[in-house]
Amino acid sequence: MGSYFSDDTVNKSQELTKKWEDEVARSVVQSPEQKPRWSTVSDLEINRLYTPEDIKDTDFTRDIGSPGEFPYLRGNQPTGYRGRYWTFRMFAGMGSAADTNARWHMLLREGQTGLSTAFDFPTLMGYDTDSPNARGECGRCGVAIDTLDDFLTLVDKIPLDKVTTSMTINPPASVLWAMYCAAADKRGVPLSRIGGTIQNDMLKEFIAQKTFMCPPEPSVRIISDTVEFGTKYVPKWNTISISGYHIREAGSTAVQELAFTLRDGIEYVEDVIQRKGLDVDAFAPRLSFFFNSHIDFFEEICKMRAARRIWAHVMKERFHAKNPRSWWLRFHTQTAGCSLTAQQPYNNVVRTAIEALAGVLGGTQSLHTNSLDEVLALPSEHAVQIALRTQQILAEETGVANTIDPLAGSYFIESLTNKMEEEAWKYITKIDDMGGMIAAIEKGFPQLEIADAAYRFQQQIDHGEKIMVGVNKYITQEEQPIPTLQIDEKVEKEQLQRLAAIKRKRDSRAVSTDLNDLKNACKTGKNVMPYCIQAVKDMVTLQEICDVYREVFGEYRDPGLF
Amino acid sequence: MAEKRIRIMVAKPGLDGHDRGARILARSFRDAGYEVIYTGCHQTPEQIAAAAVQEDVDLVGLSCLSGAHGYLFPRVVELLKEKGAEDITVIGGGIIPDQDFKKLYDAGIKEIFTPGATLDSILDWIKNNIKPRE
Repeated sequence: MGSYFSDDTVNKSQELTKKWEDEVARSVVQSPEQKPRWSTVSDLEINRLYTPEDIKDTDFTRDIGSPGEFPYLRGNQPTGYRGRYWTFRMFAGMGSAADTNARWHMLLREGQTGLSTAFDFPTLMGYDTDSPNARGECGRCGVAIDTLDDFLTLVDKIPLDKVTTSMTINPPASVLWAMYCAAADKRGVPLSRIGGTIQNDMLKEFIAQKTFMCPPEPSVRIISDTVEFGTKYVPKWNTISISGYHIREAGSTAVQELAFTLRDGIEYVEDVIQRKGLDVDAFAPRLSFFFNSHIDFFEEICKMRAARRIWAHVMKERFHAKNPRSWWLRFHTQTAGCSLTAQQPYNNVVRTAIEALAGVLGGTQSLHTNSLDEVLALPSEHAVQIALRTQQILAEETGVANTIDPLAGSYFIESLTNKMEEEAWKYITKIDDMGGMIAAIEKGFPQLEIADAAYRFQQQIDHGEKIMVGVNKYITQEEQPIPTLQIDEKVEKEQLQRLAAIKRKRDSRAVSTDLNDLKNACKTGKNVMPYCIQAVKDMVTLQEICDVYREVFGEYRDPGLF
Repeated sequence: MAEKRIRIMVAKPGLDGHDRGARILARSFRDAGYEVIYTGCHQTPEQIAAAAVQEDVDLVGLSCLSGAHGYLFPRVVELLKEKGAEDITVIGGGIIPDQDFKKLYDAGIKEIFTPGATLDSILDWIKNNIKPRE
């Protein structure tokens, strides 16, 4: 046992604190503090001062330890960022596959080290561009992908065996991943050599992001199919990116983001073990996570540190994983879209830089920095370049990557890390008691907890208790508009033409055989992945595959809780 | 006889799931004493117009953050007109570039609220502009 401080130090600290408190009591009479209560953006109250007493129960070897050692509070890698920096991974996608491919090549030329795909809403929801549900949406929020033909354009001249690609895709994740596998196959790259991530996290969709197709139970089943397939055939692929980002964007607190994300992770691990009979160590090392980095600097750093420690305990003690890589929580970070303001948009560069720094000090493996104009539109090339440069400045100029977990040992940081962990465990236990995350979602529990937090924050903004510069304080009357990216209406027209041409040219008998085979796989519990890969190779469309899922598993409707 | 309460429908047309704003508004309208119907995400303009008529609402607030407002918002107004319910006021909000405002106003959207609009400013607008329909 290695208590963080000796009893003597704690006693002395108490004495000093007592003296200081007396001084404070005198001082606030003469000059009162600016407000009675100081709290994080999540409304977690923060003390005036932290001292050794706040972490007197923290055990150095048990709770903190070394980087690369259980419980990984200080990071998974024994050399931190000295071995390699985090991956500079900018989320990009707009218009047609060719438009997005051009943006990807620009980003790689500018020093980006990994790719990340934003799809448009029809693609995200499993509709083709020619669906009535897709009208007006094509290419607006990301790239439109209907068939493997589009996908091959998307990855044109991208070295699939060298660059890793993340795809933010959920209900149709199996289909887009099948397209990636089929594209690799066509290009002669073996599946064992491709690397990347599919988000493929449906639980947080029901909780927060609301991109859903089938009900929770079959949604999780398809996810377990992808995990199994990846474990066997695509060993360098992260088959789930268990995401807190969207939970936070929906208005959760940092603790809720932490707790719900990790509890989602537990649900997936349980399902794969039970449904597929896989050994936890066979697949757990390929689970990855995705967190938000919001504007409250220290809260974010502590959230990320706590996440690593909680997950290490969960994997070791709850699931009895033996491989240290199963204990690792590896994560991507995105700066907080919801912290950006349409007003005085150049201020967003500053916010993003601070949030990115928090991600780095929290030990992220991969980072997206938002562009200053993302609250207004998809980012322009110029704005994206500034955002990417922000990461490069952090890595190469500021020296923050010189040493590992530089804030460790701070009374405040360790105390807040402990606090985040304790509060997260309360939620995790509560959801366990409800029967797990699917049961909790069916009760509306995480959804309403988040709604409460979002509403409280909005009221605090409206009453000036929380400040957003340019929104409720320091308002500029005359705002200069900034140039933003426009998506041309011809994108939709051209995509419709391409899709129609593919449908004319393809072998319709192969299409119906593939769809029948897939339907049988869905019904009999066979892994859907090989059937999806065969189907996309025969130019079966995204929606045709998703329609099979909808037919067999049913459709989920938003219960509209508020 | 008690005065008829104003009924508001908050609706999310299209495929966009960004419902934080819509749900906060639904809650604050309810807290302000209005009767509120929230459709949930992923509604077609047809579903929204039909529900607005069926629920006999006075105001429809549309929220869209995907960029598809240019098609979706005018379509709701058009469908309400087809159903003889053009006296239901339609307002909209979300990520809506300034240059799109005129087209939306011309199409019959009465007011547009964009990021940074306070709850109070929206509630004030409703108080000053919406009366129960005859």
